[in-house]
Amino acid sequence: MNDVVITLFSSAFDKAAQGLAGEGRRLADKLGGRLHAVILARDGSGLANDLVHIAETVIVIDQPEVSSYQPETYLTALAQAGTNLSPRVLLFANDTYSQELAPRLAHRLHGSAVGDVVELRVDDGSFLVVRQVYGGKAEAVIELKRTPAVVWLRARSFAPAGRRESQGVISRAELTLQRDTRTRMIDSKREDQGEVRLEEARVIVSGGRGIGGPEPFENELKPLADLMGAQMAASRAACDAGWVLPTWQVGQTGKKVSPDLYLAIAITGASQHMAGISEAKTIAAINTDPDAPIFKHSRFGIVEDYRKVVPLLREKLGALRK
Amino acid sequence: MNITVCLKQILDPEVPARDFSVDQAKLEAERGSANLVTNIFCENALESALQLRERTGMGNITVLSYGPPSAEDSLRKALAMKADQAVLVLKEDETKPDPFGVAQILAAAIRTHVPSDLVMVGRESGDWGAGQTGALLAEELGLPCISFVDHLEDKAGKLVVKRQTDSGWEVFEATTPLVVTITNDEHNVPRIPKVRDVMNSYRQPLKTLNVAELGLESATNSYYKVVDLYVPQKETECEFVQGDTLDDRVSIFAQRIASVINAL
Ligand SMILES: Cc1cc2nc3c(=O)[nH]c(=O)nc-3n(C[C@H](O)[C@H](O)[C@H](O)COP(=O)(O)OP(=O)(O)OC[C@H]3O[C@@H](n4cnc5c(N)ncnc54)[C@H](O)[C@@H]3O)c2cc1C
Ligand SMILES: Nc1ncnc2c1ncn2[C@@H]1O[C@H](COP(=O)(O)O)[C@@H](O)[C@H]1O
Repeated sequence: MNDVVITLFSSAFDKAAQGLAGEGRRLADKLGGRLHAVILARDGSGLANDLVHIAETVIVIDQPEVSSYQPETYLTALAQAGTNLSPRVLLFANDTYSQELAPRLAHRLHGSAVGDVVELRVDDGSFLVVRQVYGGKAEAVIELKRTPAVVWLRARSFAPAGRRESQGVISRAELTLQRDTRTRMIDSKREDQGEVRLEEARVIVSGGRGIGGPEPFENELKPLADLMGAQMAASRAACDAGWVLPTWQVGQTGKKVSPDLYLAIAITGASQHMAGISEAKTIAAINTDPDAPIFKHSRFGIVEDYRKVVPLLREKLGALRK
Repeated sequence: MNITVCLKQILDPEVPARDFSVDQAKLEAERGSANLVTNIFCENALESALQLRERTGMGNITVLSYGPPSAEDSLRKALAMKADQAVLVLKEDETKPDPFGVAQILAAAIRTHVPSDLVMVGRESGDWGAGQTGALLAEELGLPCISFVDHLEDKAGKLVVKRQTDSGWEVFEATTPLVVTITNDEHNVPRIPKVRDVMNSYRQPLKTLNVAELGLESATNSYYKVVDLYVPQKETECEFVQGDTLDDRVSIFAQRIASVINAL
């Protein structure tokens, strides 16, 4: 009853999976319960071998009915696994499938869900979470009233856990599943930009509406990013304009990133944008408006037209490299 | 096809941080001088619905909101954007229902008064940003749900639904009835209604319902509870690089950047 379940939809033991497992472990220890890891992904055995050093049990769901993503079938599988384990808390990361399924799972298990959480607290038997609200302008502490608590975390912001002394047990789930055919995936595409995912990038060059069009993203910002070994990103305004792909969007409703350096070019720094970069170590900005809120979060900045700054900046950085 | 778009009226989420404060007793934002607006993702949802109706040449769009009397403005604006009908479920007291309570009310309204083949909601609201109503609504209605959708097509009686994922996109084929949550994309930026249509919208009928008429006692508040709300302080001292010429300033800026990168 004091157990914790973490659920993973990708077979990579990346920063998100590590943060999720780490927080799951700490929470289970605090509650005096066990940690169960549920893996619902193709080729999950590698991940299972990593998680077995952190969790008491690892349950791999790899039945043919869930060989490809179908929200309803996945949900049925998770609800069955959840009912069998009857945990106090189910934790997810904040990837697409987790956000899509967590509230529905809470509903099926008669629990309560809350998302985009940055801190968990257990206080005298009540279960509390901290999350940003009002587009990042405020923070709220929320008490989940029903059990189980279903929470999706900003998983990358949580510390990983060390290996336990004793190893857990890996098992395969045997669930009664039937493929739901009301919705069916017929096509998909990955548009990852480079080898490093934006969420894992250490340096990011990001452009906003002030960039003015798709060409300067390509001709001015891209060469700068290459020189800095950076990934490219953008504000919602630049994505909505169609200048760059939606996957580039950083913010409350985009990627949550945690680079060592985030260079914001022609981005105002609206709270919803800042909500995506609160974990950035250093923010720097180029903006024509000295009063742009982005400067309130920046370690250093330059008030100038980016079209004048960026070519010079490339030149200077190039020279510094040599 | 009967399309229902759920609209939520919220405090303008784009008020600058310096004008934002919270009411510690009520545990909500101070209204201040901020306007009430329709949540942007709801407008993206309405725009997607309008485009679907335009593409297929059929379909009837109802906009549905649960809120205080002021929510009528959001519904009128939607009528001006050319939604066909509007339904307001009146929130008559100060209670703040949680996402589960809201989903129960919207589901009851849909069941009793708004027959729907396709229910469209925003991916999340710009105030509390729960991002749950669509999912819970699907559960309450017993329907499948696809989230983060940015495009819908009608294809021989089935819907072809494209949605954004962390790393790209996925396309689903779906039967109706269906719930989708809508995200923003370059193609569903909400249209600006014509002034004449805005004026006309105030002459159009608007159905108002009470929660009691939906066969519900009241919105349940059993899901979660806000126990604290505060504005975190986290401003950084910014060094505005100085120098006589632009060249000097960019030089220093470049050095600052290089020193961060080189330390990695
Ligand atoms: C519910 C909700 C969720 C949202 N989620 C997100 C999100 O996830 N991510 C996000 O980014 N936004 C999000 N937004 C939108 C956000 O509120 C802002 O509208 C958006 O971030 C503004 O983008 P921007 O700074 O690029 O554009 P603008 O606000 O138009 O700013 C452009 C900036 O460029 C500067 N500029 C112009 N020309 C130049 C030049 N030549 N050189 C240098 N500087 C120049 C200007 O001074 C200005 O500061 C959300 C909003 C809502 C309501
Ligand atoms: N009171 C409401 N009335 C109508 N629709 C709502 C209401 N609350 C939430 N919604 C819908 O649910 C979406 C997501 O909201 P939320 O789950 O609160 O983040 C919104 O974009 C709306 O489409």
